[in-house]
Amino acid sequence: MFAALGDETRLALVAKLCGGESRSISQLTEGSKLTRQAVTKHLHVLERVGIVRCVQAGRERLFEFKPESVEEMKQYLEFVSAKWDEALGRLRSFVEE
Amino acid sequence: MAKDRIEKRIELRAPVARVWRALTDYREFGEWFRVKLEGPFVAGEVAKGNITWPGYEHLVWEAVIEKIEPERLFSFTWHPYATDAKVDYSTETPTLVEFRLEAIEGGTLLMLTESGFDKVPANRREEAFLRNDGGWTQQMKNIETHVAQG
Repeated sequence: MFAALGDETRLALVAKLCGGESRSISQLTEGSKLTRQAVTKHLHVLERVGIVRCVQAGRERLFEFKPESVEEMKQYLEFVSAKWDEALGRLRSFVEE
Repeated sequence: MAKDRIEKRIELRAPVARVWRALTDYREFGEWFRVKLEGPFVAGEVAKGNITWPGYEHLVWEAVIEKIEPERLFSFTWHPYATDAKVDYSTETPTLVEFRLEAIEGGTLLMLTESGFDKVPANRREEAFLRNDGGWTQQMKNIETHVAQG
């Protein structure tokens, strides 16, 4: 997931979608130096790792940001981090006593 | 944006040699980490033993010891909170845990890093999240508050 966000173009796409509105490929291509094909390719990478989702709206495919993907990773890290705090607290008591 | 690693720095009021022993002597490590290890840590080899945490005694803790550089660096790879006995975690990329020690006035600076979370499968993240029973409720509240503050 972080590898997918490591690319500046993809990060810029996520930034455009972060506001919550769904956007079409044309809208996302607009104003960028990239071709429609390149944008589509990047969107698929983001879709595969679960950062964005694609929804069909009539004849158009729209892409939207999945905030829960980032939130979930954050929660997981907070969980493991809290476990380390507990373990290091026990280590402290153990070596300082 | 979330990071893909955890970093901790704590200062301990104990000499480096003492902290080193607590980290790398398998019996001492087991005391504070709550695992009954079967034998000493050897670089390149698997270390395992039953978890001694009440309620989790049936589970086996396992890690592959990476580096043992006396009083400087101790590291291992593992699958954090891989607590489902029915799941084969060996096909998943483990995370790397590194303990670095540095002598400071009055004691030891311990720097812990756990990295490689970007490779942890999404379903594992959810599972660890669901399985945690202690302290996590508070953790949830913290996150809620944090998110609410935007």
